[in-house]
Amino acid sequence: MECYIGIDLGSTTTKAVVMDEDYNVLGRGITNSRSNYDIAAGVAKHEALIDTRFMLFRNAMKNVAALGDKYEIFMDELERNFRLEQYLEQLIDLDETCTKASENTRYTEWGSDLTEALAGVFKRVALEAPDLFAPGAQRKSDFFRDIAGSQYSTISEEVAKEADTPFDVLLNIYDRSIIDVENRIYTETTNQNLMRALDRTLVNLPDLAPVADEVRTEVQKVLGIDLEETYVIGTGYGRARLPFSKDHIRSEILCHGLGAHIMYNDTRTVLDIGGQDTKAIQVDKDGIVESFQMNDRCAAGCGRYLGYIADEMNVGLHELGPIAMESTRKVRINSTCTVFAGAELRDRLSLGENRSDILAGLHRAIILRAMSILSRSGGVHDQFTFTGGVANNEAAVSALRELIKENYGDVTINIDPDSIYTGALGGSTFARRAVEGIPTEAVA
Amino acid sequence: MNIKDQASTVAEKEDSMWKQKEMINENYELLSTANERGQKVASTFVPGNINELLMCFDFARNFPETNALQNAMRKKSGGMIMEAEKSGHSEDVCTYVKADLGMMMKGNKGPTGLPMPDPDLLMLSYTGCFTFMKWFELVREQYPQCETAMLHVPYQADGNITKNMRDYVVKQLKEDIIPTMERVSGVKFDIDRLREYMIQSQKAEDDLVYVLQSAKNKPSPIDAYFGGVYYIGPIFTAFRGTTAATDYYATLRKEIEARVAAGLGPITPEGVMKEEKYRIVVEGPPNWTHFREFWKMFYDEGAVVVASTYTKVGGVYDNGFRHDPQNPLESLADYCLGCYTNLNLPARTDMLEKYIEDYQADGLLINSIKSCNSFSAGQLLMLREVEQRTGKPAAFIETDLVDPRYFSPANVKNRLESYFQMISQKRDRAA
Ligand code: SF4
Repeated sequence: MECYIGIDLGSTTTKAVVMDEDYNVLGRGITNSRSNYDIAAGVAKHEALIDTRFMLFRNAMKNVAALGDKYEIFMDELERNFRLEQYLEQLIDLDETCTKASENTRYTEWGSDLTEALAGVFKRVALEAPDLFAPGAQRKSDFFRDIAGSQYSTISEEVAKEADTPFDVLLNIYDRSIIDVENRIYTETTNQNLMRALDRTLVNLPDLAPVADEVRTEVQKVLGIDLEETYVIGTGYGRARLPFSKDHIRSEILCHGLGAHIMYNDTRTVLDIGGQDTKAIQVDKDGIVESFQMNDRCAAGCGRYLGYIADEMNVGLHELGPIAMESTRKVRINSTCTVFAGAELRDRLSLGENRSDILAGLHRAIILRAMSILSRSGGVHDQFTFTGGVANNEAAVSALRELIKENYGDVTINIDPDSIYTGALGGSTFARRAVEGIPTEAVA
Repeated sequence: MNIKDQASTVAEKEDSMWKQKEMINENYELLSTANERGQKVASTFVPGNINELLMCFDFARNFPETNALQNAMRKKSGGMIMEAEKSGHSEDVCTYVKADLGMMMKGNKGPTGLPMPDPDLLMLSYTGCFTFMKWFELVREQYPQCETAMLHVPYQADGNITKNMRDYVVKQLKEDIIPTMERVSGVKFDIDRLREYMIQSQKAEDDLVYVLQSAKNKPSPIDAYFGGVYYIGPIFTAFRGTTAATDYYATLRKEIEARVAAGLGPITPEGVMKEEKYRIVVEGPPNWTHFREFWKMFYDEGAVVVASTYTKVGGVYDNGFRHDPQNPLESLADYCLGCYTNLNLPARTDMLEKYIEDYQADGLLINSIKSCNSFSAGQLLMLREVEQRTGKPAAFIETDLVDPRYFSPANVKNRLESYFQMISQKRDRAA
């Protein structure tokens, strides 16, 4: 089937959206791989295509009447098992890569102890894998690097103690290997992983034995569908580095404007706060960009800034919002400058100010900066759509709501939990339009 | 185009370019030996410069803004600016000023490496930018013996030049500026000499206007911003009124006439621009530290600048004004009063609107310069107004004149590409 793909290469993550010929979103994919834009685009696209496959499964399984109310459980089990299979596959790769790395002469003094220790670590990491993907299991992140990294480090610390191999040597080997593994795309094995996941699922859900054959046939059918990459559009921060021809590249401003329009048809103003930049975009009723403004050369007040603050405070990026929400007092923060942020923060803490109050002030400062960019772009018009990583931060959202109300009165504010895909969504729409012959670029 | 034509275009292009380069180098050489030769030196600013008058007293002419931008194009301004900041000048001070002061602090070697002379006169024509005054106050601290002459040019607050304003400027010229120049130079004022120079100015101005207006052709044979800043070089600085400048413009005009006849697009550093996709009007000075890189972002996308306001800072000629040998002092007054920096926002807005119409442009791009308040104030208002009046899309980018730290290539490129795509999106829909 025809697939229209938009890829948004951001500064921190790369996102992809797959669309069918009727402009329906079929799948989404995201990766945090950063070493190389080409690979990041490949991984995100691959993930989005897998997501698409699952969408097709879901549709197909709905037709298996015999599944009945087991449908949800089945799909959930299948997806988790697939993730597990994917994880195991990458783990084997990581194991092999680490083993190879351990053969480097710099490690010879540890000899066979090291080989054994590594084998021990991976054996345990693999053993613990199914628990990580069990029903209801909480994972801090879905990125392989994050899951495998934390498992590896906990387990190798224990193994190091027992086996008398230095922990830092084990970590060092991991650090040398993970990037290679992360940069491999496993397109070939997807179908095998899916079939293995299906086997697991049927074992785990013995109730389904009577319909197993029917389910298998449906799955096979879906696997037989060729997902043809009909047209791909790249956008975002790293778009120029893609090996795409000009026809396949669109500005992220245009993609964001269109993406927001697709999500919320009545959008007139879009604010996107991403890792590296803040954009305010005005679009018309068709999602065509009327005007836009961006932060200038410095990334003050963008997502990156929150990253620095989190590091400075020694908390996770996702904890910032909730901590700020506990604030009871307004603190005015002067600088959204990433360079001075740390200093101002330490100053205030040493003055005895409360952590959550300071954080609330910081969030407000970011939004104030965004408000100025918004007003420079022509103000806020109904409806207003807020996108980008920072839109997931509740403290930022609450400051934004307050300031919008103060300055522009009652405006509908749209925030989609999947807003991180806005640019890619716009990209895939452009891809579809390009083939449909709706001109989006002068072909002068 | 056959190979022969191509060869001749390149040769012609090199003719005027080469001429200009020679003129600039010669002037730096002249300046470097002026003190020892006993020639008096005047420093003065581009907007409202009364070059012909300075020539009447045999002054060598030094333009600090030109030095700053020449240093920037040679990648030297960054260090100079830092030097000035080390001595206490704030981040927000106009970077032309800091580059100039920094150059002095670093041994006062000019862009070509030759020593810069001590000035004998600071000739301040005050045309709209307050910074000019502060700048010379700082320079004066370095040269306490040097005289300052200030020509106060009233701002065109109501958007026109009245008789009063003109008389006021002429009165200052007669009663203050000319006597000061006589005293400093020891040369007696001869108004016929001024008339002679103005005959040259006029010719050069005619040719310049032809060149700038050639951009009304489709395709435009010139880029009126990136190429434009070269075209205005001689006439905005030490050469207006000289035969060298007149020759330069005559040569340039011939080259452009040939391009028009051949239906050629502008010359870029990577050859003749093939396809003209976007016709843009630009407001605001260019960035000098990444000039080539900046330009490339345009021609790579097929964007050509058909008119710009920056090419009017040293004189607005396309509305018909010419230096007038019959009324030399009055025309000097009109020249100063009419400089772009001396125009109010409504007048600037009208000018931009007219450019978009006359040059059949696709829209307006503003390059907002971080450190130039003279240009930057009110730019967003102008942008909205022009957008509304013309219905053409406008966009805004931010860079700096000569501070390399304020040019973010990714950011600028992103905005430019978005803007060009925005234009084509709108164009497609209209079609
Ligand atoms: S502020 Fe602008 S106009 Fe004034 S001196 Fe500086 S660059 Fe020139």
